[in-house]
Order: sequence, then structure tokens, then C-alpha cells
Amino acid sequence: MIDEKSYIEVRGLTKHFGKVLAVADVDFAVAKGELFGFLGPNGAGKTTIINILTGLAHPDSGTIRIGGIDCTGNSKAAQHLIGVVPDESNLYPELTGFDNLCFCAALYGMKKAERQARARELLNVFGLSGASDRKFGGYSKGMKRKLTIAAGIIHKPVILFLDEPTTGIDVASARHLRQLISDLNKGGTTIFLTTHYIEEAERLCDRIAFIVSGHIVQVDTVEHLVQPIQARHILQIVCANMPQDIQKYLSASFPDLEFTTPGHGLIRVEAEKPVHVGLLVRFIEERGGEVSEARRIRPSLEDIFVRITGIEANHMHKEKEKTGGGR
Amino acid sequence: MKLWIAFWNILLKDMRTYYLKPPNVSWGIIFPLAWTGMFFIRSDSGIESILTLLPGMVALSILFGTTSMLAVTVTFEKKNRSFERLLLAPIPFELLMLAKTSGAILFGVANGFVPVIMAAFLVDLSGIGWGSFVLTVFLIAVVSTFLGLFIAVAVSEVFEAQTFSNFFRFPMIFLCGLFFPIEKLPLFLKPLSYALPLTYGVDVLHGTVHGGHTMPFPLDFVILAAFCVGLFAMCLRNIRRRWIA
Repeated sequence: MIDEKSYIEVRGLTKHFGKVLAVADVDFAVAKGELFGFLGPNGAGKTTIINILTGLAHPDSGTIRIGGIDCTGNSKAAQHLIGVVPDESNLYPELTGFDNLCFCAALYGMKKAERQARARELLNVFGLSGASDRKFGGYSKGMKRKLTIAAGIIHKPVILFLDEPTTGIDVASARHLRQLISDLNKGGTTIFLTTHYIEEAERLCDRIAFIVSGHIVQVDTVEHLVQPIQARHILQIVCANMPQDIQKYLSASFPDLEFTTPGHGLIRVEAEKPVHVGLLVRFIEERGGEVSEARRIRPSLEDIFVRITGIEANHMHKEKEKTGGGR
Repeated sequence: MKLWIAFWNILLKDMRTYYLKPPNVSWGIIFPLAWTGMFFIRSDSGIESILTLLPGMVALSILFGTTSMLAVTVTFEKKNRSFERLLLAPIPFELLMLAKTSGAILFGVANGFVPVIMAAFLVDLSGIGWGSFVLTVFLIAVVSTFLGLFIAVAVSEVFEAQTFSNFFRFPMIFLCGLFFPIEKLPLFLKPLSYALPLTYGVDVLHGTVHGGHTMPFPLDFVILAAFCVGLFAMCLRNIRRRWIA
């Protein structure tokens, strides 16, 4: 159901690339002031949806309203309301940080004094004042991401699209960026964010949509998403020399428990009732496994994501690393 | 929103970043100088032949200057995705592309006057009809720039832009009456000559410099202007189809 106060409203959005269905009849709405996240693996359709919403691609069908403006046939209609931070930093390598921001501000019709003041303000906020006269091409990845986000908000947009904002940067920079994104949202900016980092979506977003192969499979708040598994008991066992077919033997011997082996010597156990750890450890060790750790874990968004989509978080991270991402 | 601020800053950025960089300025001077020298020495007909060579030199300088620069810069910006930044700006698409091509047009006009300045030291240019000459230089710069844009949209790599632009440029040297009159071309090549925009620009230049034109000026201008509009419309359509798909 679409809220009356929605800043982004999408109905029946569909997009093919040749015979490949990239976006399949997608509906969603983002309320004013909300931080809405799209979570899904590579090729799920996240960037395609952002490109369509921002005017960089045309949908095959569907309707789009941004800030109350119907943009379906005219992607330029609401571009003054939005800021976009693409998945790759795409500022001008030959311009300095300061000049890049001033140029981006000029694209939105800001006057010289106004854009220079805003550029200085943002360089300061993003901790880049010391590098303002350096060429963008010489910035580190983290600095590039920060300046790209600064460029996306130079004209104070009411809606900000962030495509994989922390991909490919170090942990400290990613943490700083998340704080900046959170502050922007608290300042009233409606944010549409795509990510393949589950913990990032969980930490930042008010609501999350799980997207897989162009389909939205679930949309809700983090609280509501994890509610069905809150009462479940989850145990994680770390095991060296994992016995062959251990999952099969465990399932046969403990029919009330659900076992998965996501790799890296891990065995995950889920159950409706508390799990008897000692019994399980003994069972594994009797079959040649060496258990080094067994701990109960709180059900998280990752659990529900895996449950709904069938995709392991590790798989998404590896995929991204293959394409040059990763942290 | 003040669109002129966006337009002016796109133009200014391109001028500073690409066209006014020392290598490009020297290219703009050395290239026409080299061609002029080459043709002057080869023609072996004394100082008076400069006036007959000048229209071809002007057209050649504009053609190579604009197509090289625009095809490369737009392809470069498309490849590093900074062109998306322009597409995301709330500027009408037509105005955006005009802003993006204005720098190359100005660069082409400046290139076109390099042979004129050099010729001014050697021969009397007072007989040139400057009004028509300047207008033609401008129109040739516009049409060549849009040809460069057409090439840029058709390729995805910078090196492809150079190769593909030569596919258009070198035949035009011989087919558009720059140095060889179209009347002397084999019959089967003549229709091709009249299908190329440079033919009409060069005809006016010959007419204004030494009176050697074959068509009425108004007809040349109308056809040249039609090429400008047609090429620009085709480029916009191709960009929408290929880059905003």
C-alpha cells in the first residue's frame, strides 16, 4: 500500500535488457524522511531501479512519482529534488575537490558565492578541507566516496539516492560514511539506499526491501522482519576437520533441529526450543570433528534474509569482491 | 533554476579542462601550420597560391580540431561515468548537449583562424568577404562538432573515437573540394561529395576568399544549417537510445 505522503512511489516497474528480466513488476513507496534500503546480491536489479528513478534509464512499463511529481514519461521533471551518489565515484579526476563541488553546484543553478560557501561547508563536514585543492584523481577510495556523497547533496536535495555507498572502502571510512548518512537522514533528507551489506542495512535503514533477480521478495521494518525468528534458538558451531556428510547425520539424529553448513567450518543449528550444546558437540567429535567453539547467537536480519532469499551473506560479499568491491 | 549558470559552467569547465590545456593549444596551432606548409611547398606555385589553398586549410583545421577533441572528451567522460553527472542535472537535454559541444565549436572557430592569421603575414586578405567567411567558419565548426559527437556516441573507447573519426575525415579532405575541385572528381564520386556537409562550407570559403564558388551562397548556408540541425537531432536521438536506455 502506498502512503499518501510518499516521496517515492513506484508501481509495476519493469525493465528488460534484451531477453533478461532485470526488474520485474516492482511496487514500493518511500515515505518522507524515511531511510529506505534495497538489499540484495549483485545483479538483483538495485542499480537498474536507481537508474530508472533518477533518469539514467527508461522503464519498459510502470509508473514513478518522485516528490509528488509524475516522472513516468519525463525523467527530468523531478531531478531538481534529488541527489544521486552512484556506485562508483564519478567526479572529474582533473578537477580539485573544491572545483568538483563548485561545478556540481553550478549544474543546479547555484550562484558563485553560494556554491563556494556550500562547497567549503561540505568539505569541512566530510573532513576533506585539507584536500580541497588536491585533484580528485589523486584521492584515496574513501576520500573519493566522501566527495561523491558531498557532490550528491551539494544542492540540498530532499531525496538522496545512495548506490552501494560503502563498497570498496576501508572499515573506518565506511563507519564514518554511515554516520554521515545517518546524520543526513536525521536532518530531514529522505534516503533511498542500496547495499549488499546486511549489517549496513540493519544498522541504517528504517525499512528494508529484499530484492532478488528483479523481484522484491519482502519489504518491512528491521523489527518486523526479524520478528518471526526472534523466538528461535540459534547455535553456531565452529569445527575443524568437518566430518563428511555431517549435516545429513545430524539431521537424521536430531530431527527437531535444522542444520546448515555455510562453509568455513561452520555448522548452524536452529530450533524452536533451547538446544543442548553438549550433546551436539559430543556427536560431532565422535565422528572425528574438532569443535573449537559453540555459541548461541541472537537472530539477526541476516538470518531472515537467508531464510527468505536462500542466499548466504558470504556469497554476496564474495560476489562483490569479484567485481572489485569488498571492504 | 538559472539554466545559464549550468550552461556557462559546463562550457567553462570544458574549456579549462580540455581545450585550453597547453597540448591542445599547441595542437591547434601546429596542426594548421604543418598542413599549410605541406600544401604550400607541394603546390610549388608561389605566394599567390596561398589564397586558393586558404579555404581548404581553414576547413581542414576546423574539421580535425573539433572532431578530435569532442569525440575524445565525450568518450572519456562517458567511460569514467562523469557524463552521468550531467545527465542527472535538471537541465533540458538539448541545452545540456549544446553546452557540452559549445567548447568544441569555439575551439574549432579558433583553429580555423590560425591559417588566416598566418596567411595575413604573407598575402593581402582585404578582398575577403569577412561576414560570409566568419559565418561559414562558425557553421563548419558547428557541423564538425556534431560529427564528432555522432562519433563519440557510436563508440565506447577513446581509441575507437580516433579511428572512427578518421573514417569520416580523410575521405572528406578529397571529396569536399578542399584542395581538389569537385568538378574534377570521377562522376561516381560526385554524389558522395554533395552528401557531405563540408562541401557546402568549403564552397562558401572559396567564394569569399577568391571567388571560386560553384553554388549560390544562400543555398550553401541553408544546406549547411540543415546539416547542423539534422546531425544534432540524430546525435540527441542516439544518445537517448544508447546512453539512457
